[in-house]
Amino acid sequence: MADRPLPTIYPETEFYWNGAKEGRLLLNSCPSCDKAYFPPRPFCPVCGNRDVEIKQASGKGRLYSYIINHLPAPGYEPPFTVAVVMLDEGVKMVANVLDCPADPEALVLDMPLEVTFEQRGDVAIPQFKPAGGVA
Amino acid sequence: MTRASIAIVGAAETTRMGKVPELSQTGLHADAALNALADCGLTLADIDGVATAGHDVAEIIQYLGITPTWYDGTSVGGCSFITLVRHAAAAIETGLCKTVLITHGESGRSNNRSHRPLFPSMQQQEFESIYGPLFPPSRFTLPVMRKMKDDGLTVEQIAMVAVVQREWAALHPRATAHDPLTVDDVLNSKMIAYPFRKLMCCLVSDGGGALILTSAERAKDFPTKPVYLRGMGGESAEGPMISQMESFSSSKAFRVSGKMAFESAGITHSDVDHLMIYDAFAHLPIYGLEDLGFVKPGEGGAFIAEGHTRPGGALPLNTNGGGLSYMHSGMYGMFALQESVRQMRGVSPAQVKDAKLSLVHGVGGMFSAASTAVLTTEDQW
Repeated sequence: MADRPLPTIYPETEFYWNGAKEGRLLLNSCPSCDKAYFPPRPFCPVCGNRDVEIKQASGKGRLYSYIINHLPAPGYEPPFTVAVVMLDEGVKMVANVLDCPADPEALVLDMPLEVTFEQRGDVAIPQFKPAGGVA
Repeated sequence: MTRASIAIVGAAETTRMGKVPELSQTGLHADAALNALADCGLTLADIDGVATAGHDVAEIIQYLGITPTWYDGTSVGGCSFITLVRHAAAAIETGLCKTVLITHGESGRSNNRSHRPLFPSMQQQEFESIYGPLFPPSRFTLPVMRKMKDDGLTVEQIAMVAVVQREWAALHPRATAHDPLTVDDVLNSKMIAYPFRKLMCCLVSDGGGALILTSAERAKDFPTKPVYLRGMGGESAEGPMISQMESFSSSKAFRVSGKMAFESAGITHSDVDHLMIYDAFAHLPIYGLEDLGFVKPGEGGAFIAEGHTRPGGALPLNTNGGGLSYMHSGMYGMFALQESVRQMRGVSPAQVKDAKLSLVHGVGGMFSAASTAVLTTEDQW
């Protein structure tokens, strides 16, 4: 899987990728708004507050939307699932759904998912899989 | 009574489109520009404002030998040309220039170009592309399964968008695809990104187009029938990360842009005789009809499937066949504008009888940006 695309990591997002290496999904959160947000940035996109926190997410979410991609991508064997996961913290992020066939029968919208991590070289990529094992 | 202040006096597409391997992308811009000048009887020396998107506007200025006092290179994707129409209108109104040339050229198929038209987005790469959705068909379609569940939209209704637009394309000699389609044809075409199949995705073409705008008071001096802007249109943006759309059933950028265009024009939906909604993929006219307020949220799919937008229907939509059947260079918004101009001039091969007002709405990127314009045959209202 080392030939899959790697993220270009910037100073403001380094914490997120460092967290992933330790098996933790980290989110920025604004204490004034009492809300997590994604993707990371060092200020709250709702109120502009620069005094934001980094919190570990529960790692739980649900399948919000998806496509089954039949187009090529480096390191991927089509067809494969590209999903949007709604985290319990109320933020959406893209992931592949691992440990689950790329099949509409198996991909039921709103099914519970949990975070897992995929190693690509030195980088750990947050991913999701059906909660409690294969659905 | 309000008098029109800005008019489109020149409009043309490239001499050929579809597959044009003999021209570079710069050459497509120039071919379209020279055709638009010929259309209205102007020369390059008459142009003092230049705008384009997806290409360095200064290169277009140099290639054409123009010395402008105003330029605009706003580039937010395929709707940019609609955005540039309203920016040009504002520039003419405020006296920054008198006669604006807006060009589009894109070697989408032959790839005779040094760069792709869209800036890569940093956070989109870092948090979306790494999961494999590298092409528009696997990004633009990401919200649709959610909308299908929440709104009851069906895959057959999405397929009907392609079927109905092919009926319009059949009337257009310059359209790429003319053969009739059935829902079964669409649903049996190659799977690209479930639930999207090939015939729900736009064409990939070479081509371009250009427009020439000036003040309404000068418009009657030209050989062409003037097409006036009614109001100043609208624009908005939500951003290139499609996963971060506020709603997966509705585009905030569409809603904001559309509302601004209706309010600025002082029109209601029943005033719209002809409608263009940029269709890079078959779900976009459905989102567009809903977000522009022509139907209630969740009713766009059924509205098209019931035939209201097909030839002879109450709301003629995408009468050139759209990006699905006419052509799609990559930044198709210019072609939506060209068909609106043809309809207002009364010269479209798929002419809507007695059409006096056309609304054209475009998307930029993958639900990243939006822009809307209202065109009319009337110089006062």
